[in-house]
Amino acid sequence: MKPINPFIQNMPQSGIRKFFDIVSTMEGVISLGVGEPDFVTPWPMISSAIDSMEMGKTSYTSNLGLLSLRQEISKYLVKHIGVEYNPDNEILITVGVSEAMDLLMRALICPGDEIIVLEPSYVSYKPTIEMAGGVSVVLPCYEKDGFLPDLEEMRKLITSKTKAILLNFPSNPTGCVLNKEINQKIYDLCEEKDLYIISDEIYDRLTYDKEHESILQIKGAFDRTILLNGFSKAFAMTGWRVGYACGRGDIIKSMMKIHQYTMLCAPISGQYCALEALRNCISLSDEMVEEYRQRRNLIVKGFNDIGLKCHKPQGAFYVFPSVKDFGLTSEEFCKQLLYEAKVATVPGNAFGECGEGYIRCSYATSKKKIIKAIDKIGEFVSKAK
Amino acid sequence: MDIRDKIIKILHEDARTTDAQIAIMLDIEEDEARKIRKELENSDIIKKYSVVIDSEKLDEQPVFAFIDCKVTPTKGVGYDDIAKKIYKFPEVHSLFLVSGVCDLRVVVKGKTMQDVAFFVAEKLAREEGILSVQSSFLLRTYKSDGNLIFEEPKDERLQVSP
Repeated sequence: MKPINPFIQNMPQSGIRKFFDIVSTMEGVISLGVGEPDFVTPWPMISSAIDSMEMGKTSYTSNLGLLSLRQEISKYLVKHIGVEYNPDNEILITVGVSEAMDLLMRALICPGDEIIVLEPSYVSYKPTIEMAGGVSVVLPCYEKDGFLPDLEEMRKLITSKTKAILLNFPSNPTGCVLNKEINQKIYDLCEEKDLYIISDEIYDRLTYDKEHESILQIKGAFDRTILLNGFSKAFAMTGWRVGYACGRGDIIKSMMKIHQYTMLCAPISGQYCALEALRNCISLSDEMVEEYRQRRNLIVKGFNDIGLKCHKPQGAFYVFPSVKDFGLTSEEFCKQLLYEAKVATVPGNAFGECGEGYIRCSYATSKKKIIKAIDKIGEFVSKAK
Repeated sequence: MDIRDKIIKILHEDARTTDAQIAIMLDIEEDEARKIRKELENSDIIKKYSVVIDSEKLDEQPVFAFIDCKVTPTKGVGYDDIAKKIYKFPEVHSLFLVSGVCDLRVVVKGKTMQDVAFFVAEKLAREEGILSVQSSFLLRTYKSDGNLIFEEPKDERLQVSP
C-alpha cells in the first residue's frame, strides 16, 4: 500500500502523552499534571446551555459564531483591555484556542515562513506551525530572566523569512506574565521588522497580583496582532471547546474560510454557555481565580520550604520549579517521583529543551491534595538529595 | 472580597486550616491571620467549629424530620417566645422562622422514627401557640451547609494533560 504522510508519521509524540500513558496505569496517584481547571463549569452556565437545547437551538450557527456572543466578546475586550473589535468581521468563534491557532497558522504562513516561538512553551505550538508548512524558530527563555524573552536574542533570530512572533502570557508552563515595558519593546521590534504578533491569552483572567497586560494595549498593535482567547481556563469550560480569534478583518476572513470548510462552526450549546459566562458569570470566574491565587501561594511556599526552588508565578495555574539540584534529568525526576511518591508532574523538557531541569506542577487541584502532594514530594526530595 | 471574608470562606471550607496556612494563602502575616480569626470568634461571627457528617455512613443512623409549624405569635414579641420554648428541647436540631404557609421550620433529630413521632405528637404539637404541624422525614441528604454529602464528585479529568 502507498505510505501515509511521512511528515506526520515522523512527528514526535508529545512528552506529556508519554507521561499520561504511565500515569493512567497507576492507582492512587495525586496528579499535579493536569492542565485544566478542577472546577466544573458553573451551574448557571450549564443551565443556560441546557435551556438553549430545550428551546431547540441545536443547529449550525453562522461560521463566525453567534452574533450575540461576538458582541459580548467585543464589549468584554473593550472593558478589560480597552481594544474594540467589530463583532461583524473582526471576531471569529472557534473550537477552542487550539482550532484558532491552527486556522491562524494556515491563514498566515506561506511555505517556509518562520514563526518565533518562546520556550518553554505550550506543546502544540511547534507542531501546529510545522503542519501549516512553517518553520518554528525557538527563542529560549531562562529562569534568570524570569522566563521572559531577551529582546536582543529575539532580534538575532529574525530573518527575511520571519513572519510572526508567538506570545503566550500568562504562560503555560511557567506562569510568568509580560509587562508594559516588554510589550512595548516586542511591539517596537515587530513594527521595525514588519512582523505579526500572535498573542494567545487564554490565561488572561488568571493573573493574580496585578491586572493582565495585553500587548494589544500598546498603541498601534491592533493591525499586526491577532488575539486568541477562549473560555476553557477562566470559566472552567475545557470540554465545551469554545475559543475565539480577534484581529484585522482580512485576517479573520482568511481564517473563517478555512473554518467554514473544516469545522463549519463551534458547537452551538457551548456558544450559549459562553454567552452566559460573559453576561452573568464574571463573578463566578473571579471566585475561581481567588481560589487559584490561594493555592499558588500555598504551593510556592510549600515547594520552597522542602527545597524545591520555585519562583512565584504571576499567572496561569502552574509552577515551574527547578530540579537541577538533584542530579536527575526532568524525566528521571518525574518518573521517580511518580513511582516512589505517587505524585504526577510533567517534565519541563516536554515544553522545549530549555525546560530541562524543571518540572511543571499544576495547582488546578484542591488545597487538600496540594498539601498532601507537598508532603509526599518533601519526603521524596529529602531522600533524593 | 476583603481579607476577613476570605478567612471565613477558607475556614468554612476547612475549619482545620491553620493560621499559618491562612497567612500563606492570603499573603499576610501569621499574626494578622490569628488576630482576624480571634476577632471573628470573639464577635461570635464564628460561633464554633463543627464537622460535616455523612450520617448514612454511621453504624447507627439518626433520623431527621422537618416539622413545619403554624403558630400564633405572642403580642409584643412576635415569634421569639414560642421559638425559645421549642429550641430548648434537646430533640430540636435546628429551628428557623420562615415565610410562606408555615411560620417555624423545626428540624428534629431522633434515634428512630418512633422517637421523632413521639416527640412531635406528645411534646411539640402540645406546646401552647402551636396551631398545626406537618412532618416530613428526611430520606437522603445531597448537600448540607454548602457541602456535597451524597456523592463526592469524581475527578474525571485526564491525569496528565497539556
